[in-house]
Amino acid sequence: MKKKTVEYGKYGYIFILPFFLVFLVFQLYPLIYTFYLSFVEYYEKDMKMVGPKFNGLKNFMLVLANTKPLGGGKYEIVKWFDNHTVMAIKQTLIIWVINFIPQILLALLLASWFTDTVVKLKGQGAFKVMMFMPNIITASSIAVLFYSLFSNQGPITLFLRKVGIISQDYNFMEKAGATIGIIAFMQFWMWYGNSMIVLIAGILGINPSLYEAAMVDGANGRQQFYKITLPLLKPIIQFSLVTSAIGGLQMYDIPSLFNVNASFIGGPNYASETITMWIKQLGFTAHNYGTAAAASIVLFIVTLAISMVFFIVTKEREPKQRHAVIR
Amino acid sequence: MAKNTNTEESYSAQIRAKKIFRSVICILLCFMSMFPFYIMIINATLPSADIQKGIHLIPGTSFIKNFQNLMKKADGVGTSVWSAMFHSALIAVPATILNIYISTLTAYAISTYQFKLKNAAHSFIMAIMMIPAQVSIIGFMQFMMKIHLYDTYWPLIIPACAAPTTYYFMKQYISQALSLEIIEAARIDGSAEFATFNKIALPLMKPAMSTQAIFAFIGSWNNLYTPSMILFDTHKKTLPMFIMSLRSEQFRADYGIIYVGLFLTILPIFVVYFALSKYIIAGVALGGVKE
Repeated sequence: MKKKTVEYGKYGYIFILPFFLVFLVFQLYPLIYTFYLSFVEYYEKDMKMVGPKFNGLKNFMLVLANTKPLGGGKYEIVKWFDNHTVMAIKQTLIIWVINFIPQILLALLLASWFTDTVVKLKGQGAFKVMMFMPNIITASSIAVLFYSLFSNQGPITLFLRKVGIISQDYNFMEKAGATIGIIAFMQFWMWYGNSMIVLIAGILGINPSLYEAAMVDGANGRQQFYKITLPLLKPIIQFSLVTSAIGGLQMYDIPSLFNVNASFIGGPNYASETITMWIKQLGFTAHNYGTAAAASIVLFIVTLAISMVFFIVTKEREPKQRHAVIR
Repeated sequence: MAKNTNTEESYSAQIRAKKIFRSVICILLCFMSMFPFYIMIINATLPSADIQKGIHLIPGTSFIKNFQNLMKKADGVGTSVWSAMFHSALIAVPATILNIYISTLTAYAISTYQFKLKNAAHSFIMAIMMIPAQVSIIGFMQFMMKIHLYDTYWPLIIPACAAPTTYYFMKQYISQALSLEIIEAARIDGSAEFATFNKIALPLMKPAMSTQAIFAFIGSWNNLYTPSMILFDTHKKTLPMFIMSLRSEQFRADYGIIYVGLFLTILPIFVVYFALSKYIIAGVALGGVKE
C-alpha cells in the first residue's frame, strides 16, 4: 500500500496571501488608479469636485509643456518642456548627480582604507558609527537644522561673513546655486556613511586568495584596487547606483523643509522644487488630482527609464572586466 | 612587497605616514558628521539674541526657558511635541510588527514550500522593490478618501505588511540559517504548518528579524511624505510633521525654540542609535551585499 502524501504546496499560497493581498490593494491598485487619474479631468474647485471626466492626453500636455489658457478649457502650447514639472525633474536630477558622484567616490576611498591590511587604521568602529549617524536621523530634522545654520542670521552664515569667505550681504537662501549645493551636500552627508559600509561589506566578501595571488605576482596596493577590488565590486556599485537614483528622484524630506517659503515651495523662486514636492503641490495643495497624477506617471516613466539605462550601461561592460580578472 | 621601497625602515615610515594622514581625514569627516548636532545642542541652551551673533561652542543657561517657550508656542501647531511622538509611535509600532511578521512569513513560505507560482512570486516581489511608493501617492490618497480611511492612521500602518526589502533580507537569512530538516522534524512530530512557523522557525530567525525591525521602525518613524499627504487634521500630526511646523511662520523669529524643538525630535533616534549602532551597521552591511 502506498503511503498517503500530504499536499504542502497549498500552505505556500496561504502564507504568501496576506503580503500579496495588501500589496494588490494598497500599492498596485493605487498605481493603476493613478494611471487612470492621469487621463481624466478631476479637480476640486470651491469645495466642489469636478470630474472625473476622460480628457485624453491633456493632463500630460499640461505637465510637459508651458501652456496658455485660451478659455473654454482650451490651451495654447507656448513651449514644450518648459514648465514647473519638467524643471522640477531637472532640478531633482541635478541635486542627485552632484550628491551621488562625490558620495560614491568618498565611500570607495574610505572603504579601501578601512579594508587595507597593510595600513591598518585604528578606531574603525568609532569612525563607522559617527560617519553613518546622519543617515539614521530624521531627514526632516536635518533639513530644518541646516536651514537654521545657513539662514540669513544662521551661525554658519555669520561665521563665513566674519572670516570674509562670503560678502556681508550674501544670503544663501537667495541664491539658487547655493541652495541646490547645500541640499546636495546634505544628501551627500547623510548617505556617504551608508555607501561606505555597503562597500566595505562588499570588499570583505571578495575571496582573499585573489589578493594573495596578486601579491605573489608583485601587484602593489593601487593595482590590487583597480584590478581586483573595483571590478569585483561592480555589481554592488551598480546596485547602489540604481537604488540611489530611484531614491534620489523621489527626494522630498530635505528640500521640502530647507529653503521653502510660507506655502512650502522650494526657493528661491522654485529653484529647489523637486518633483515629489511639485506633485504634492498639485495634488494636496491645489487639489488638481488629474494633473498631479499625470506628473506622477511622468516621474514613474523617468524613474523606470533611468534605472533601465543604468542597468544596461553597467551590464554591458561587465563581461570584459570579468574576463580580465579571470586571466 | 618590499620591492617598491629602498629599505625596511623607510617602508614602515611610509606606512606610518599614510596611517596618520588617513586617520586625520577620518577624524575630520567624523567632525563634519557631528558638528551640526553639536551646534544644535549648544544653541538649544542659548537665548535667541545670542544665537544670532554667530557660532557658540559653550552651552548657555536658557535651555529650560527655550523649552517652556516651545511648549507655549506649540499650542498653535495643534499637536504638542509629546503627542507628535506618541502618534509616530502609534503608527511605527504596529507597522513594524506587521512589516516583520507578514514579510517573514512570505519569505518563509517561498523558501520552504514547493508550489507552482513560487518563482513567479519571488521575481514579482523583487520587481516591485524597484517601484517607489511616491509615484502612486495620488491614486493612494484618492483611494483612501473613497474608502474613508483618509485622515486616519490606517493607511500608514497596513501597507507596511508588504515590505519587499524585509522579504529579501529574510529570504537571504533563511537560505543560510534555517535548515529544512528542523521543519521536517516538526512535521513528523505532528506540528501544524502554521504552528511550525510560529514556534520553530520564528525563534530561529529572531536575530535577523530584530535587525530588520530596527530599520522598519526608523523608516516609519522618519517618514514625512505619506503622512503629510494622508493626514489633514492638525491634531493628528506625526513627529516629522511637527518638525515641518517648526519651519512655519510662528517659529521663524525665535531660533532658541527651533533648536530645542530639533533637539527633542532628534533625541529618541540618538538614544536608539547609540544603543544599537552595532546591530544597525551590521544590518546595513548585510543588506547591501546583494550578489
